[in-house]
Amino acid sequence: MHAPAPPIAIERLVKIYKTVPAVDGISFTLTPGSVTGLLGGNGAGKTTTIASIMGLTTPTSGQVTVLGAEMPRQRYRVLHRMNFESPYVAMPMRLTIRQNLTVFGMLYGVPDLAARIKQLGAELDLTDLLDRQTGKLSDGQKTRVALAKGLINAPELLLLDEPTASLDPDTADWVRGRLERYRRERNATMLIASHNMAEVERLCDRVIIMKRGHIEDDDTPVKLLARYGRRTLEEVFLDVARGRGIEREAAQ
Amino acid sequence: MTTIGDGVLDFSPRRTGAMMLRYWYLLRSSWPRLLDLVYWPTVQMVTWGFLQFYIVQNAGFFAQAAGIFIGAVLLWDILFRGQLGFSISFMEEMWARNIGNLMMSPLRPFEFISALMVMSIVRLAIGTVPVTFLAIAFFGFNLYSLGLALVAFFLNLMLTAWAVGIFVSGLVLRNGLGAENLAWSVMFLFMPLTCVYYPVATLPAWLQPVSWALPPTYVFEGMRALLIQHTFRPDLMLDALALNVVFFAAGVFGFLKLLQSARRHGSLIQAGE
Repeated sequence: MHAPAPPIAIERLVKIYKTVPAVDGISFTLTPGSVTGLLGGNGAGKTTTIASIMGLTTPTSGQVTVLGAEMPRQRYRVLHRMNFESPYVAMPMRLTIRQNLTVFGMLYGVPDLAARIKQLGAELDLTDLLDRQTGKLSDGQKTRVALAKGLINAPELLLLDEPTASLDPDTADWVRGRLERYRRERNATMLIASHNMAEVERLCDRVIIMKRGHIEDDDTPVKLLARYGRRTLEEVFLDVARGRGIEREAAQ
Repeated sequence: MTTIGDGVLDFSPRRTGAMMLRYWYLLRSSWPRLLDLVYWPTVQMVTWGFLQFYIVQNAGFFAQAAGIFIGAVLLWDILFRGQLGFSISFMEEMWARNIGNLMMSPLRPFEFISALMVMSIVRLAIGTVPVTFLAIAFFGFNLYSLGLALVAFFLNLMLTAWAVGIFVSGLVLRNGLGAENLAWSVMFLFMPLTCVYYPVATLPAWLQPVSWALPPTYVFEGMRALLIQHTFRPDLMLDALALNVVFFAAGVFGFLKLLQSARRHGSLIQAGE
């Protein structure tokens, strides 16, 4: 019997826009049920990496395989098993939450959709807001709606881009709690691009740090902290971003 | 090498219906959008209607061919509003920054296009049907008296409208909202060339082949034949249909190529200006 295909397998991915390499030969594989943080400064290549995983861009070279399907060529084999949430991709503002979730539920082929919307409404504290226009919600409420859209098809693979950006600490903590619960209940695999190091430390059991299109480091948070001799991932991130990682390692 | 990808040609009525529902929810929620659908066709029909009314009283030829201006205006509106209805529904996704959500969902390009085609008819019906009744009330011109010819005119005009709408949507997808103006202006290039208000013979000889290469030309010539000579010309409709098949295929092909190019250039990640 074959082992199930890894949720994400990237091999020597290169993506060049005109003459600028956004991603330059990265490789990594995620195991089922893992939560991985994708860190990096602006222009590090995180967005391009995630876009390649979703089949939104065609690799210049290399291979991206998601749940056993080569992206973007075979994307329609697996898109219904994955989903994406980002505060930077909006939902139609004039539609109510229920209407938006109905449309996306139908696109993803969710069975018993009305019950699923009711369930998500209860789980994400949206029940009383379901018939309100999405554009009239607060930032925190919109983030919960985006999360509801991301979970509408109970995906095996969830890609998250800054899932708690612009949220107050209380709401952000609540969202992280929901994501932890979803991972436990569904054994879902998550890839989280984030600049919030506290969030990454709490949620992720693996961290990939990117810089200028390359993977600079890739390990568990605990091992990264030990290797860089730092107390927080933020300090590790700054070491990598400012090119101090190797110096510190060599000094030790 | 497969260029368009596995499963691209699959078709799901459920996913197509989801997109139609999305646009219906939007129209229903916004009275300015509904008003806009009716406003311009009404203004245009009334303006041209009164002009024709004046000419009919002063020229014998037009007295015999009553209705050719209003008929031309209404048929032009089918062409123009059909394309605009398609393109605006598409651009609603760009304006709402929702295109990324759709492109990473299982929605296939043909399902998306089908939903946009159906919605362009819905939008056209909302905007144009009341205006056709106004034309009866104000000027005594009954578009529906054209009977089966109207069906042939409508089908051919909508096919052209969709072909152009599909291609323009591809351009917007590839180049961002900077290409948005094309959606509003591209059809006006058709207006002088397709001879909406005058016969093809009016054009200089060197321009007439260009005019005959455009399917709507046959429809407007057909309309004049019907209203002036009281003759329905099926040959013109079949020629238009044949050209429309080519236009539609070219529109879809162009859209798929532009979508492919958008994936290569990363335009789908930064769908904006």
